[in-house]
Order: sequence, then C-alpha cells, then structure tokens
Amino acid sequence: MRELSFDAVVIGGGAAGMAAALELEARGHAVAIVEREERLGGILAQCVHNGFGLIEFDEELTGPEFAERFEEKVGARPIKVLCGCTVLSLEAEGQDKVVSCVSSAEGVIALRSRAVVLAMGCRERNRGNIRIPGSRPAGVYTAGLAQRLVNVEGYVPGKDVVIIGSGDIGLIMARRMSWIGCKVHAVVEILPYPSGLTRNIVQCLRDFGIPLYLSHLTTEIYGRDRVEGVEVAPIENGALMTAKAFRIPCDTVLLSVGLVPENELSRTAGVTINPMTSGPWADSSLMTSVSGVFACGNVLHVHDLVDFVVEESRRAGAFAAAWLAGARPGREVRVKAGSNVRYVAPARVEAGRDNKLYLRTMIVKNDALLEVKLDGKVLLSSKKNHVQPSEMITLKLGKAELAGAAELPDASIEISIL
Amino acid sequence: MSQELTCITCPIGCRLVVERTASAGGGRDPEGELSVSGNRCPRGAAYAREELLAPKRTVTATCRALASQGSRASQGQGSARRIPVRTTAPFPKERVGELLAAIYALEEPLPVARGRVLIRDALGLGIDVIATRSLG
Ligand SMILES: Cc1cc2nc3c(=O)[nH]c(=O)nc-3n(C[C@H](O)[C@H](O)[C@H](O)COP(=O)(O)OP(=O)(O)OC[C@H]3O[C@@H](n4cnc5c(N)ncnc54)[C@H](O)[C@@H]3O)c2cc1C
Ligand code: SF4
Repeated sequence: MRELSFDAVVIGGGAAGMAAALELEARGHAVAIVEREERLGGILAQCVHNGFGLIEFDEELTGPEFAERFEEKVGARPIKVLCGCTVLSLEAEGQDKVVSCVSSAEGVIALRSRAVVLAMGCRERNRGNIRIPGSRPAGVYTAGLAQRLVNVEGYVPGKDVVIIGSGDIGLIMARRMSWIGCKVHAVVEILPYPSGLTRNIVQCLRDFGIPLYLSHLTTEIYGRDRVEGVEVAPIENGALMTAKAFRIPCDTVLLSVGLVPENELSRTAGVTINPMTSGPWADSSLMTSVSGVFACGNVLHVHDLVDFVVEESRRAGAFAAAWLAGARPGREVRVKAGSNVRYVAPARVEAGRDNKLYLRTMIVKNDALLEVKLDGKVLLSSKKNHVQPSEMITLKLGKAELAGAAELPDASIEISIL
Repeated sequence: MSQELTCITCPIGCRLVVERTASAGGGRDPEGELSVSGNRCPRGAAYAREELLAPKRTVTATCRALASQGSRASQGQGSARRIPVRTTAPFPKERVGELLAAIYALEEPLPVARGRVLIRDALGLGIDVIATRSLG
C-alpha cells in the first residue's frame, strides 16, 4: 500500500475543500485534496443555473463556471489533487491522522498528515426519511439526482412532474423541467412557507405559473410499475383535512425535502455530531471534537450560498494552518441558540478576536430583531428587514463586544431572533 | 396604485414596493414616475422598472456534446454528454422559448473551452450563448 505524507489533507474537492486547501497552501503547508469524482467542483458541476459568485467574484456565474475558476486556482498552486479517489476511513494515530482511500487507478492509498479538513458536503433526504405511504413504483427521484441526470447525463426522467418539498433544488428543477418541455403540475410543501430562496420561488415557479401548495401533505404516491399520481391533502389549523384530499396525475415525482451533512466518515473517526445541524460540533476555529480535524461547507451545516461556503472554508483553512503552526484558541465562550434560532455555527467564539457566525432562524418575519446576550445582558441588537428559515443569517461578533466576556468565568452567549 | 415585487437580481431577494404616481399616464414613461422602495441597493430599483416594462431572464441550459476521437469523453472518462451553457446577458422573457429551441438544436464537438461562443447574436438580439464549462 502506498503511503503519502502531507501537513494537511482535505477530504472532498467541492467549493469548500478547494477554498480550504488554497488557504492552507498559501500559508506554506503541503496539502492534498482527495475527491471521489473524476473532477474537482462537487455539487456545483450539476448546478448549471446562474446565481453563484455574486459575493466572491462580484459577477453572476453558473455553478460550473464558479467551480472551474476555483479548479484553475488550485491547479496553479502546488496542491496535490487525488481525483477518483474515495476516502474510506479517517483515524487518529498519536499526533497523526491517517486517511485511507481507494481509487481504481492506484488501489488503496494511505495519506498521513497532522491536520485534516472535512469537506464532504451533504446528501439529500429521500423517501424513506419522510415516510410517504404508497407502492414503490418507478419514477420517484430525489431532485438532486434528477438534476444530475438532466444536466450532466442528458436523460429526461419523465414528462408530467410533481415536486414534493419546496427546497431550492426542487424549485430549480421545476424551471429546468419546464425548460426541457416537461409539465410541472405542482410543488407541494407541508410547511406554511416555502423552504427555498425567494428568488427561486419567483424565477422558477411564478414565471411558469406552477402552483405551490403550502400547508399540504402528500398522503400517497400511486402507481404499480410507474408513478401515476400523488394524493395531496391540506393541513388546516394543524389538522390533516383528508376530506379535502385531491389527486394530481403525474408520471414523475421529485423529492426536494432537505439536505443532510454527509458525516458517516466523521462518525467513524469519533467526531462528535451536533444534533441541530447534523454536522460536527465545532469550536471557534472550526475544529471538531477531534484535535486537528476541522470542518467547513455543507458537511458542517447546510449552506444555501456557495459564497458563504467559500468564506467559511477559507477561515477553516486559515485556522487549520494556524493550528499547524502551533496556535491554539484563547479564551472561548459558548454560543447558544436562543428564541426562534435553530442553530448557530460554530458553537463557540474566541473572546480576543473578531468572530463570524452563521445562524438559521425557525420563523418568517418582517422587521425582526437579532439580539445577542451575554449571561442575560444584551450585548448587541440589530434590525433585520426580513428573516426566514431558508436564508442564513450572518453575524460578526467583534473583539470589542466580547471584551466583557473574557473576564466572566463560564460565560455564555445566547442569540435570539425576536 | 402600488405593486409588490421580489427583486431577484441577487440572492438577498429584497421585497420591493413599486408606486405608480398619478402622473404616470398609463405607465408609458416610468423614469421618475415609478417610485420603488424596499430595495437595499440601486439595482433593485432598476430591476423593478425593467420587470414591469421589459422583463428579461438569464437563460441557462445544456446542449448536446459530440465526443471527438481521442477526447476524454469518448474514452469514457468523465461521463459528460451535455455541455452547460448560458446567455451572456439577461434575455427578453417572451423570446426564451425560441432561444431554448436554438440551444437544443446545437451539437458541439468536444473539446470545448469555458466561455466559447456557441451562438453569436442569438435571435439577432445582441446576446451570445456561451459554454460554461471546459469539457473533453
Ligand atoms: C442543487 C443545488 C443548488 C444550489 N444553488 C445555489 C445557487 O443558486 N447559488 C449559490 O450560491 N449556491 C447554491 N447552492 C449551494 C452551494 O452550491 C453548495 O452549498 C456548495 O457548492 C457546497 O460546497 P461543498 O464543498 O460544501 O460541498 P460539495 O460541493 O457537495 O462537495 C463535497 C465533495 O466531497 C466529495 N466527497 C464526499 N465524500 C467523499 C469521500 N468519502 N471521499 C472523497 N470525496 C468525497 C464529493 O464527491 C463532493 O465533490 C446550491 C446547492 C445545491 C445542492
Ligand atoms: S435590491 Fe439590491 S440587495 Fe436587494 S435583492 Fe435587489 S440587488 Fe440584491
């Protein structure tokens, strides 16, 4: 078995992995990226729509363009890229981490390093995760799989489509299916508000007159060999109105019911998972519970914008580089999700410097207030024109604001949306 | 009269309220007679004017790739059978159907470089269709 040594190994070559690797290399470390697919880029390759890179490149790009620009940056640096290479395990051996991977070209390879950056992205929830009753006919796909089939491989999964769930991938696919000549009959969402970005509701549904059934449950998928339709019923005041159920004929059902960070590998390495994000628990330097193992991008928590993925991953790369150079976090303060906040990532801030946090709210509200409290005392409050669960909120907690926290033993910060 | 719109120029998605002042006279000349609020940047106001008068969309799609002899795709490495493409600027909404038909009629030999113009001056509207990924 071949063994290679690096200062840091990055697992996953999507936007997150590339951004983290570039940062590590820029600080003088020997870095490798291990990617399962034949080419760098991750999920971006199949996202042929525009809407990427406004923050990063100040230009509106498609997913493939965004990916290729980063791929070129990586190619221009002495970063070892192992494509077509799947990581099977990650283990700590004393001070070292050993990443075992397998590729058809080289067989099993072991990569030894001091630091590891987890950047494996996320996967889609499927029918099993949401328990829709009915037979198991052909024609049910997750929206991301359908996206790959249509955009990369050139197959059309069906003609008459119903989309279950209003996540962004489903919305994007509603437009794509319409543009390739299919008829999208409905998007069915169990919640009272859409779970995708507003602009996707506008561009992908309203433009095509596709009805969006909010507060509707898909009660059954019909069909023996092939999907023949779905049955949908409204939810009114928390009760399922079966008497008002109706059937929508279709031959294809796309599921867009959420994404889950891909952490099988992290678990085997003993990384503690935060149940609120399904991603690794991370300290203020984006380091997981395993010393020297960092995480960023969709593997840490699901992001809706690649620009945020890149921003977070650069920080992870820089933190990993600092850790390799011997730096350790100073005084850390716990961060908790308060009222109406689903999670805050990471769950720690460092008192002596500026910190960047991402949070997700559970509510839809205009003129909301973001409030940060330190042991019950308001540190910061800022107005938000509009908040909703599908739009991640960013927050900076500066050194000045945290000055008081450094003195308090066992202090904790709570972030709420009011 | 006021109308609500969602700005789709950037991912923030500001909610815009467009007021047509009484003097707008049927909305023929909107400059100065449409007042836009709720936008976090000037692009929101420009978007509202355009969306009400001449809606446009950036079109993204894929076209057929013809694998050339000896290219990676023809050897089965990299499974791409479709080349992702986009318009170089937002395209008049009412002509998107015609544009898509022209894109689907393309058969492009590989290799292709990102940015290569696949349709120049599409439908005579001064906008090109380019490849968005290097393949082959
Ligand atoms: C359908 C869809 C539409 C989107 N639309 C937009 C948009 O319009 N605008 C926008 O800004 N953002 C959008 N996003 C969000 C953004 O593109 C993603 O969040 C971002 O690209 C994720 O980057 P990542 O590197 O964390 O994950 P990924 O891109 O998923 O990369 C993870 C990589 O890790 C590899 N990997 C996983 N496990 C292993 C293993 N064991 N061994 C080796 N390699 C492994 C995978 O092959 C993959 O390449 C969209 C996302 C999706 C899914
Ligand atoms: S008004 Fe400006 S900030 Fe708001 S969505 Fe439009 S472009 Fe974005």
